Amino acid sequence: MSSPEQWTHPDGAPPATAATPTAEQVIAGLRATTEGGADLVQLLTPEGERVHHPDFDIDITPEELRGLYRDMVLVRRVDREANALQRQGQLGIWVPLLGQEAAQIGAGRAMQPNDMAFPSYREHGVAWCRDVHPTQLLGIFRGTDHGTWDPMEKRFHPYVIVIGNQVLNAAGYAMGQRFDGKVGDADGEATICFFGDGATSQGDVHEGFVWAAVYDAPLVFFCQNNQWAISEPTERQTRLPLYQRAKGYGFPGIRVDGNDVLATLAVTRWALQECRTGNGPVLIEAFTYRMDAHTTSDDPSRYRLSDELELWKLKDPIERVRVHLVKQQWADQEFFDQIQADSDAIAAELREYCVNMPDPGPERIFSNVYAEPSPVLDAQRDEFLDYVSGFAGGEH
Amino acid sequence: MAAPAIDHAMSTASQTQTITIAKGINQGLRAAMEADPKVIVMGEDVGKLGGVFRVTDGLQKDFGEQRVLDTPLAESGIIGTAVGLAIRGYRPVCEIQFDGFIFPGFDQIVSQVAKLHYRTQGRIKMPIVIRVPFGGGIGAVEHHSESPESLFAHTAGLKVVSCSNPVDAYWMIQQAIQCDDPVLFFEPKGRYHEKAQLDPTQTPYPLFRSRVVRTGSKATLVAYGPKVRTCLDAAAAAEEDGLDLEVIDLRTLSPLDLAPVFDSVRRTGRLVVVSEAASESSIASEVAARVQQECFYSLEAPVLRVTGFDSPYPPSKLEEEFLPDLDRVLHAVDRSLAW
Ligand SMILES: Cc1ncc(C[n+]2csc(CCOP(=O)(O)OP(=O)(O)O)c2C)c(N)n1
Ligand SMILES: [Mg+2]
Repeated sequence: MSSPEQWTHPDGAPPATAATPTAEQVIAGLRATTEGGADLVQLLTPEGERVHHPDFDIDITPEELRGLYRDMVLVRRVDREANALQRQGQLGIWVPLLGQEAAQIGAGRAMQPNDMAFPSYREHGVAWCRDVHPTQLLGIFRGTDHGTWDPMEKRFHPYVIVIGNQVLNAAGYAMGQRFDGKVGDADGEATICFFGDGATSQGDVHEGFVWAAVYDAPLVFFCQNNQWAISEPTERQTRLPLYQRAKGYGFPGIRVDGNDVLATLAVTRWALQECRTGNGPVLIEAFTYRMDAHTTSDDPSRYRLSDELELWKLKDPIERVRVHLVKQQWADQEFFDQIQADSDAIAAELREYCVNMPDPGPERIFSNVYAEPSPVLDAQRDEFLDYVSGFAGGEH
Repeated sequence: MAAPAIDHAMSTASQTQTITIAKGINQGLRAAMEADPKVIVMGEDVGKLGGVFRVTDGLQKDFGEQRVLDTPLAESGIIGTAVGLAIRGYRPVCEIQFDGFIFPGFDQIVSQVAKLHYRTQGRIKMPIVIRVPFGGGIGAVEHHSESPESLFAHTAGLKVVSCSNPVDAYWMIQQAIQCDDPVLFFEPKGRYHEKAQLDPTQTPYPLFRSRVVRTGSKATLVAYGPKVRTCLDAAAAAEEDGLDLEVIDLRTLSPLDLAPVFDSVRRTGRLVVVSEAASESSIASEVAARVQQECFYSLEAPVLRVTGFDSPYPPSKLEEEFLPDLDRVLHAVDRSLAW
């Protein structure tokens, strides 16, 4: 059998997964890969240096970059506040996005109003870009409802928890965009679908690749490779860097520095444009890192070394933009103070909203199961509400 | 029949120890792996992490990565490769991380796991155990609290069991692994941490047998998995009101072992079946149908079911309403008695 090196690097370039940790450490699952390799698209280095790329570059105004910075700082603050709310018993669970702000804001801000997004469960930054207010995310995690925003109004599908399911759904939606004649020019529509490195093992994701390819669907597959699927490093899912899988399905695959908001914006904008004009699908692997636990129920100290986190902290997605803004003199203290104030305000708003959320009434159990009446369920509801009202007012 | 399965407190054997359901399964897995080198454990996060509920804690460390596999994230892959491994002589124990994630593996379970023995005139056996933490009450998000057992009991070729207490957990997992048929093993995740005394030198109760766990004369409660405890609590509360209820733990859902239920209903004349699963086309329905057929002349009231509703599992703030609790069980008993 040929080695994966030969498959991935016929020209003798260094392995794309070459990394600071040794191969043994990576394979043993002690460490994740930290280097994106030679093909990584990057426009802003971890040190805040602007670099250029022959295929993907971007003209960014100071104002745009300040906007991206603000987005990232605010979603991080929302994330930390929600995490704290979970710790204080106000949420049942929280799924942190910490470390993935650039991947999500870059992708989210690349979208046009008519584009559609299919998230998994960690896409709080994309939700932000789709104008889903952070308070609207809370119901899922507090257990008051399974989702509250209007998916069609926001063009942001409900969070999907079953790994991989949404990828086929997104392929179908994108097929519909094509069948409706919305593809073919720069004013067209496209779809973007989010999933993780772990998800790439699911049949649904592979089938999604096949469907989108066969039907030329205007679909951007946006894989956030945050190096871990709960306790399993990416090496448990693949031999090949994930972006290279696209080739086997017949469409382009690009690995972007997912901690670089500029590069992610540039690559995703390009990919969506390709789709809109009829050249989809495209796979983007955003190479990033899950800086916190998988969820608030998880304890990463059981399966990964903390020095890995320290390495990734040096690649922080927000800090490099701050450094660049300062170096370029594109932002002054007043700007940073304002963002601090905005962060404080949104965190306070989130908290206030969360602790005051009403519990749903028992009728919610039975509502919206079907679009049309169901005599069986209606009878169950009536019987149960009757039973519950028997307890009303008294201890039971 | 031996003493009630739930209260094992008084054994004097020196090896007696306090275990939880999670620990019981863990120790049972360990014993099975020690006894048979062909037993392997596979699933998402079962190795280094020891499973999200720590049920497989320490097994990879002690048995190595070839016997405890952190698999790629795909349930169809987990079950489908277990089929091949079983053909090759292994006895795979697959972990499905949560009940709601079994469905990507459903095709392999129904089309291959359940049917290969039949298709090959018995030439290929499928000694696969599929462990499923199931049921609600843990305040989780969607897909983490479901009770899909009826789907599997409805599928010919599969055996389906559910443990309700730590001692059964310890023995039943080992017996399921020894079984030459595929066994769906439903674990009451909301009760993983309930404790009991285990004396591993005792003779285990057979796997495919139901069991009376509390004797009584006024009405019979039948349950399995997480609702056995609910029924025992209900019976204890009823006793304070002078009402004496019998409780039966089904333990095996396919094949059903209803002889103890028929015996009981012939004495009490009343039956309430309790389960978290939706009521339509369920285990509870099957028990009700069989009891009315076998015990028709003994019944003083129709068989009543206390179950989850025929809706998806609701947001967790509503699970207290959704899940059958002591009050709903006793309410049904009252209705039965008043018939
Ligand atoms: C079908 C299915 N199986 C298992 C799970 C449990 N689970 C939730 S998240 C997760 C890991 C996902 O990893 P990845 O795709 O890399 O996404 P990330 O969480 O890292 O964003 C698993 C196994 C699930 N939600 N769905
Ligand atoms: Mg991941």
